[in-house]
Amino acid sequence: MNMAQQLPDALTTPLDKIDVSDARLYEQDAWRPYFERLRKEDPVHYQADSQFGPFWSVTRFEDIVAVDSNHEVFSSEPTIVIGDLTEDLPVEMFIAMDPPKHDVQRRAVQPVVAPRNLADMEKLIRSRVIEILDNLPVGETFDWAERVSINLTTQMLATLFDFPFEQRQKLTYWSDMAADSPEISGGQGDPEERLNALHDCLETFTRLWHERAGKEGGFDLISLLQRDPNTADLVERPMEFLGNILLLIVGGNDTTRNSASGGVLALNQNPAEYEKLRANTALIPSMVSEIIRWQTPLAHMRRTATRDVEFKGKQIRKGDKVVMWYLSGNHDDTAIENANDFIIDRANPRHHVSFGFGVHRCMGNRLAEMQLRILWEEVMQRFSFVEVMAEPERVRSNFVRGYKTLPVRLHAL
Amino acid sequence: MPTITVIEFNGQDHSIEVQSGRTLMENVLDSGVPGIDADCGGACACGTCHCFVAEDWKEVAGEADPMEESMLGMRPDRIETSRLSCQIQVSDDMDGMVVRLPEYQM
Repeated sequence: MNMAQQLPDALTTPLDKIDVSDARLYEQDAWRPYFERLRKEDPVHYQADSQFGPFWSVTRFEDIVAVDSNHEVFSSEPTIVIGDLTEDLPVEMFIAMDPPKHDVQRRAVQPVVAPRNLADMEKLIRSRVIEILDNLPVGETFDWAERVSINLTTQMLATLFDFPFEQRQKLTYWSDMAADSPEISGGQGDPEERLNALHDCLETFTRLWHERAGKEGGFDLISLLQRDPNTADLVERPMEFLGNILLLIVGGNDTTRNSASGGVLALNQNPAEYEKLRANTALIPSMVSEIIRWQTPLAHMRRTATRDVEFKGKQIRKGDKVVMWYLSGNHDDTAIENANDFIIDRANPRHHVSFGFGVHRCMGNRLAEMQLRILWEEVMQRFSFVEVMAEPERVRSNFVRGYKTLPVRLHAL
Repeated sequence: MPTITVIEFNGQDHSIEVQSGRTLMENVLDSGVPGIDADCGGACACGTCHCFVAEDWKEVAGEADPMEESMLGMRPDRIETSRLSCQIQVSDDMDGMVVRLPEYQM
């Protein structure tokens, strides 16, 4: 695709020119017809030309599950985004590792988000949600993304890391810096600013590590890493240390944040569903899963072929980039009934691909669900309507599906 | 019809009638006994149908294949008798089998 203002027409563009890595598709919320065409006409689609070089697009739900589940052929190394790794800071994250190394690192940190730990966190999360909601203006327009979504998830992150609470906005900043760079997502970040931010992040966490070493009983991420023999010396491997911190910050940050905003938008765009919710708040848990599906906080995950392989009739070569478009999979109506509709009480609401599948399946999935559930439980006790007042500004990224702003007005019960 | 005993984490046990030829996961879901989430619907891709087969039924239940093993390996509460219930095909010789459910699925 060229860099002209207009996006190519979804229906008339020749098949071999459909480049869904174009970040403008997502910024303009214009992606639906392109993926529909690919799912119908070329479900495993080779895009020879793009800002990121050649890549395969996998767009059907079933095929995505097959790729995600086959880590031997479809490796997560060297990176899981469509662009290539920048040389500036070679961080190592276990999301971009294969077993066995992946397993060792993930096992060390998983306990921080295991449901038993989550149950312990529920009260704290609820008290924070209440504090945020009780301080919102009623009847005047404000930015939900900033005052609720970002606020809530930043506080959550600070808890997970036992990070100095008054400095928690740094976590959001580092997360945004880590995820946004032109080479990675087609975004518009400044490489030098990004580098400085990541260095600062590493320095801060290294200091925290040393402060916390030798202390007993913490259930925060740093303490868990220190206690597991496989990661007890992680601080001496700075790129791995930084990588795992960033992974958890990024993984737990804008994904949940954008679902917290996305849910509001989805309900506003589907007023009958909002009515259903008002009439029956027992639907909140299934609504939360449906929000996560509808939002698809991460549009894609990329793999790299470890050998030549035939997949669904296509010849994929060793080294080829294979991109699973989660966003498309979640709208595949051969796998999900009425996939393009937002239905808060659908059967099997967890049957979606937003968390991925296989060994890399999002380990924070139950934490994300819990945060959103608590948020909506408390919202429904306070406001009859969270009314969206203007079209949201969307993030320009082919990876993070985000809202820069979401202007809303609250109506009391 | 064969019967399998399913014991919840809280100790509550249920005797459920099962259909051979369907997976243990499907049978437990149909029975309404809580504790199996089955997010991926049985594709060996999510790990949320985790169960523990009673020691003396291990052989009848069979062993995990490599794909199931790689998912089982990621369960924080994985033990020797862990299986993904979506990968166990119920058969008549499982009549009387006992399985326990974990505290949580993730």
